[in-house]
Amino acid sequence: MKIKLAKEEIESASIHQLQRISGEDLKKCYQCGNCSGGCPVSFEMDIAPSQVMRFLQLGKIEEVMKANSMWVCVGCLQCYSRCPKGCSVAAVLEGLRQTVLRKGEDFEKIKEIPIPFLEKAPQQAIVCGFRKLVS
Amino acid sequence: MPRIGVFVCQCGNNIAATVDTKKVAEEMKKLPGVVFTCDYKFMCSSPGQDMLKQAIKDNKLDGIIVSACSPHMHEKTFRKAAEAAGLNPYQCEVTNIREQCSWVHHDKTKAVGTVKSIDLTRMTIERLKKNKPLKKIKIPIKKRALVIGGGIAGIQAALDIAEGGREVILVEKEPSIGGNMARLSETFPTMDCSQCILTPKMVEAELNENITLLTYSEVEKVDGYIGNFTVQIRRKSKFVDEERCTGCGECMEKCPFKTESGFELGLTKRKIIYTPFPQSVPNVPVIDAPNCPKIQKDKCGACAIVCGPKCIDFKMEDKIVTEEVGAIVVATGYQLMPNERFGEYGYGRIKDVISGMQFERLASSSGPTGGEIRRPSDGKVPKNVVFIQCVGSRDEKKGVSYCSKVCCMYTAKHTMLYKHKVHDGQSFVFYMDIRSGGKRYEEFVRKAIEHDDAMYLRGRVSRVYERDGKVMVQGADTLSGSQVEIEADMVVLATAIVSREGADTLAQKLGIGYDKYKFYNEYHPKLRPVETVTAGIFLAGTCMGPMDIPESVAQGSAAAAKALSLFSADEMAREPITSVVNKATCNACWDCLTACPYSAIERESVKDRQGNIVKWLARVNEGVCQGCGVCVAACRSKSIDLRGYTDEQVFAAINSF
Ligand SMILES: Cc1cc2nc3c(=O)[nH]c(=O)nc-3n(C[C@H](O)[C@H](O)[C@H](O)COP(=O)(O)OP(=O)(O)OC[C@H]3O[C@@H](n4cnc5c(N)ncnc54)[C@H](O)[C@@H]3O)c2cc1C
Ligand code: SF4
Ligand code: SF4
Ligand code: SF4
Ligand code: SF4
Repeated sequence: MKIKLAKEEIESASIHQLQRISGEDLKKCYQCGNCSGGCPVSFEMDIAPSQVMRFLQLGKIEEVMKANSMWVCVGCLQCYSRCPKGCSVAAVLEGLRQTVLRKGEDFEKIKEIPIPFLEKAPQQAIVCGFRKLVS
Repeated sequence: MPRIGVFVCQCGNNIAATVDTKKVAEEMKKLPGVVFTCDYKFMCSSPGQDMLKQAIKDNKLDGIIVSACSPHMHEKTFRKAAEAAGLNPYQCEVTNIREQCSWVHHDKTKAVGTVKSIDLTRMTIERLKKNKPLKKIKIPIKKRALVIGGGIAGIQAALDIAEGGREVILVEKEPSIGGNMARLSETFPTMDCSQCILTPKMVEAELNENITLLTYSEVEKVDGYIGNFTVQIRRKSKFVDEERCTGCGECMEKCPFKTESGFELGLTKRKIIYTPFPQSVPNVPVIDAPNCPKIQKDKCGACAIVCGPKCIDFKMEDKIVTEEVGAIVVATGYQLMPNERFGEYGYGRIKDVISGMQFERLASSSGPTGGEIRRPSDGKVPKNVVFIQCVGSRDEKKGVSYCSKVCCMYTAKHTMLYKHKVHDGQSFVFYMDIRSGGKRYEEFVRKAIEHDDAMYLRGRVSRVYERDGKVMVQGADTLSGSQVEIEADMVVLATAIVSREGADTLAQKLGIGYDKYKFYNEYHPKLRPVETVTAGIFLAGTCMGPMDIPESVAQGSAAAAKALSLFSADEMAREPITSVVNKATCNACWDCLTACPYSAIERESVKDRQGNIVKWLARVNEGVCQGCGVCVAACRSKSIDLRGYTDEQVFAAINSF
């Protein structure tokens, strides 16, 4: 991949908004990779947690938006508990989800979920899943 | 019959694990002249030494052997113990059965280590039998020091020696002392202004009564040895009478010609009669003779006309002065690798590609832009600046393989200085690793990133080129796995710190060692970090390798302490292991003189009563001789012998084998 770096992107409005929503300072991450090492679902992610942080530092929010990482994150906070800089990638991923969901764009289309699945799944899982994946 | 004692050390398990020390002791007991043997866990420990002393007394020993570690380690310890028990210390010899036996022959079952230990100890015994009691050599000490190089390391060394009450001659080749530190704007990690902390020390050096400043001067020749060096110094002609010059600066004002300023690294021009920078010490200008039309073609002479005290003399010539000193501190510093070597970064080709040191000048309030960050090509304030680390360092192919140690830190500093001066600017730093070991250093780098918004990119730059007035930088960010491109306005290269041009020539004059990069060698990298193999010559600062200001200052003080401790006695004792010439057989062929690596051999004339020279002889200067024995091998008439290792002794050792 080839990217162009520019202050306008590194300091873009959407990056600032993401930092506001998540309460995280992206610059603090020093790319040790501990979050990616510990994340129980990082193998399923298009972009691993530490790399999510890296692309955001570079101002490349669209790369992260295209990836499934934010939807795969289960919010277990393993990344946060291990991060030597006290960053919560989980909070950043939640911030990214909020950015999408607040626009009313659902990740999961409720109507497309098969009824037999809904009948079988525990109620709590359905509530949690909907809170995370739909607006 | 001699009465010899043999003490075999187990060195815990270091020796005993592979060498049967008991057996070595038993075997030695069988040799004629050996009246006492034993083995013991740690001979160097206090109980070990006490046992040795007791055994000397109880058995009336007249010579002892300790078979233990290398004599470099504990020869002194054991000789002291022997002396305390009433023996001549040189009647104590050490056999190395650790480094040469137990550590290299691992298999105890094969007994190689044991057999070899027995052989080596036996050889030492035979050599000892032919030993003659020796006395330490006493040499007088001149209690004055020479410091070469007036950077921060040399200034610190000179000040400390002067404070200790001894005279110092500080030789600096430039017109002013201060060195590279005088160029810096602010200094990591505290960000104090370099000039503000340096100039008080420069002035202190100028005013201190014990310090003689010889600027614009270089060492020509060094003779002698520890405590007694004779140094010839070339005082290059300044064409200005230093005594009378008041430093008014009228001459510099009126001089009509200019040339590139070396101090400002080509960023601006200076007059032909100049001081390198406004706070120069001494504040006396010099004329740059090759560029002065008056000196070259007898045209101009403006400076001499305006000079009030009439101190300009176009006919002034270089002078050679001779100084006698007891110790020398070498603090000749570093320079930067020429950036031109790195074509891919565009240095020299693209005007807005500069070096880190040039950036220091741009950021310095006394620099060519008055401290404003303006790029060289058009004087515009650059909004995007790319810093490239490890240029030439850690580059085995085109540069040097070592790490220059300070550039990670000063690059972080540069991004901060830049942000403080250009608030809407963006800095990018390409790095391979960030090396910020040191008190408050890592925190400093994090501050640059987290507080002053430096964008650090892990990767190298492979191409820098110009496009539409921009400096295009193409490199990698390995953390995101991408190739990156930046439209920059200026690029700053953190170029490798290398040794000074001519460092090797100076080392040869001084007789000190240097590595393949021409950085001076310390005697021992850990335990004797400011000494050289040549006694009485000490090192301080970056002439030894890359380091920062705190380290350079610490070394300046350390070298000063070494010189002062040397000066604390009126004479010093030296090991008597030196060569002696047999006057009866020496035929003055001078083979020894050319062979001696320490120049310890002198020509001595023998005169008759009328004062006519009748004969020449070689003589060993005991103050200089290091006891290496090269002369012994070179002498064809066998007229030189090394005390403690005479031919007789060495043959006795070999024959016992
Ligand atoms: C861009 C840059 C920024 C830096 N920033 C910092 C910083 O912020 N903080 C920090 O701690 N360190 C910094 N450093 C490192 C710092 O410059 C050095 O640690 C320090 O200047 C070393 O001092 P020195 O006395 O050893 O050598 P030098 O300053 O090089 O002094 C050597 C002196 O010896 C003289 N000399 C040389 N040869 C002879 C000779 N044959 N005869 C007589 N005189 C001779 C020279 O003219 C010179 O005056 C920086 C380095 C660079 C390149
Ligand atoms: S653990 Fe923290 S510092 Fe390390 S990569 Fe993840 S977010 Fe960054
Ligand atoms: S004398 Fe040498 S070999 Fe013996 S204990 Fe000491 S260090 Fe080890
Ligand atoms: S004589 Fe030389 S130094 Fe003096 S003013 Fe003329 S050019 Fe300058
Ligand atoms: S100090 Fe940093 S920039 Fe300098 S050579 Fe070492 S790693 Fe590279």
